[in-house]
Amino acid sequence: MTLRRSAAITGIAELKPTKSAEGKTTLGIMAEVSRAAILDAGLTPGEIDGLLIGPPIIEMTAMWPSILGEYLKIHPKYENVVDLGGASPAGMVWRAAAAIQAGMCSVVLCVTGEASDVETFYTPRARKPSAQLPGREFDAPYGPMGVNSGYALIAQRHMFEYETTSRQLAKIAADQRTNACANPDALFYGHPLNVDDVLASPLVVDPLHLLEIVRPCTGGAAVVVVSPEIAKRSPRTPAWLLGAGECSRGTVLSQFETLTASPIAVSAPKAFEMAGVAHKDIDLVSVYDCYTITVLITLEDAGFCPKGRGGPFVEEHDLTYGGDLPLNTHGGQLSFGQPGLAGGMSHVTEAVRQLQGRAGERQVQGCELAFVNGNGGIMSEQVSLVLGVE
Amino acid sequence: MTSDYRKPLPVPSAVSAPFWEGLREGLLRIQCCRDCGRHVFYPRSLCPYCLSEELEWVGASGRGKLYSFTVVRRAMNPAFQEDVPYVYAIVELEEGPRVTANVVNCGLEALRVDMPLKAFYDSVTPEVTLLKFEPA
Repeated sequence: MTLRRSAAITGIAELKPTKSAEGKTTLGIMAEVSRAAILDAGLTPGEIDGLLIGPPIIEMTAMWPSILGEYLKIHPKYENVVDLGGASPAGMVWRAAAAIQAGMCSVVLCVTGEASDVETFYTPRARKPSAQLPGREFDAPYGPMGVNSGYALIAQRHMFEYETTSRQLAKIAADQRTNACANPDALFYGHPLNVDDVLASPLVVDPLHLLEIVRPCTGGAAVVVVSPEIAKRSPRTPAWLLGAGECSRGTVLSQFETLTASPIAVSAPKAFEMAGVAHKDIDLVSVYDCYTITVLITLEDAGFCPKGRGGPFVEEHDLTYGGDLPLNTHGGQLSFGQPGLAGGMSHVTEAVRQLQGRAGERQVQGCELAFVNGNGGIMSEQVSLVLGVE
Repeated sequence: MTSDYRKPLPVPSAVSAPFWEGLREGLLRIQCCRDCGRHVFYPRSLCPYCLSEELEWVGASGRGKLYSFTVVRRAMNPAFQEDVPYVYAIVELEEGPRVTANVVNCGLEALRVDMPLKAFYDSVTPEVTLLKFEPA
């Protein structure tokens, strides 16, 4: 039993991120990207029989699938909220394929979206954790800066164990910005950056600089996952699910066995093994990038370089769309924007865009295999995917 | 007695109360499993290593090492604004478990991963003492 070629992504949709909601609502954004993804797949609303939703970070409520299903007047035979933080979108893709393979449905709409901005995101009342949760009792009294401080602890420890430098981390942000400057939809399109610019930006949570940290914004993204039968008659080139893996390890950093390695060391090998492909075959790396350190650790734990060698590795490789290891060609969340969980979906949509040959100026030539990684929490939840075209 | 302390305070549960009561008395107490012998933190109703429910409270030395740290230069919660820049850290206790804490009484330039630390009991309100650390 395997999920290899059990389903394919045919349709995608993504809103251009904006710094504020501009009058849009979260439900309205979800409906807008749903419509666009269904049309992009060449399908009709009546053909949608599965619905997966990533729960909005700010606007928490119960029963999102029912709410959006009612708005769109669709009646899914398979529905769920996939609550893995930023790993939710990648997690939705293999769950959709598994449901299709199990015969529960044949067309699954996977939706993320959020009306958000910096002020709302950082308003404490927006997210009030239960007083009875360990993170609230044993972490919050010490003043964590959201998840920023968690990733800072990871980066600091990585520097200690492996002599990783801020300059190496900054290279990731600079290369991704070069990619964003070839993506008119990116929040930071038209604003090039070099390594020195990143290092000159203010330290916010040592050792992380402002330009190594994502910016909350408004946006949305959706994909349509379909059965092999429907994929074969799709007007779009199917981006097949070839491999998937997932692994989790909680949310409170003091409980992690190590800060410098992640469960990607479990999820990625499983995805590669299922796909039956090697790292050298990968044409595009599209991986979660809430911070520069996230990308560096992902490259190590996914096996693109030996553990601890991420720093020299990113210095030795050109991560831009024209380079030898194209990575986050849409700019990544660091430069495209992080509209809630839709930020994590952007790694899926960009992989499909590249595989379908419709990435425009930033198209990676001969792109046939993509590695996607979703990361949730503070390198807590990990979902790895291998997607490919024939 | 009233307090104008505005930062998040722990709300102890029946399971965690002995930890917070210990801090108030200037004692660091953590759990230890009677069956497998491992020390456990944060406080739990069962041992996460062997699922035994036989956890007992034991004294810890209060000594540890700085596992990792960051300097927070912009507060997310406005109540911490008066403290920036402050140190948010993970400390590895001599007994094994790691805890989140602030490092105090230490210049920012003196901070080093792995530096030895000792417990500092910060009575932030009449009811609550937080476990913090300072250079040993």
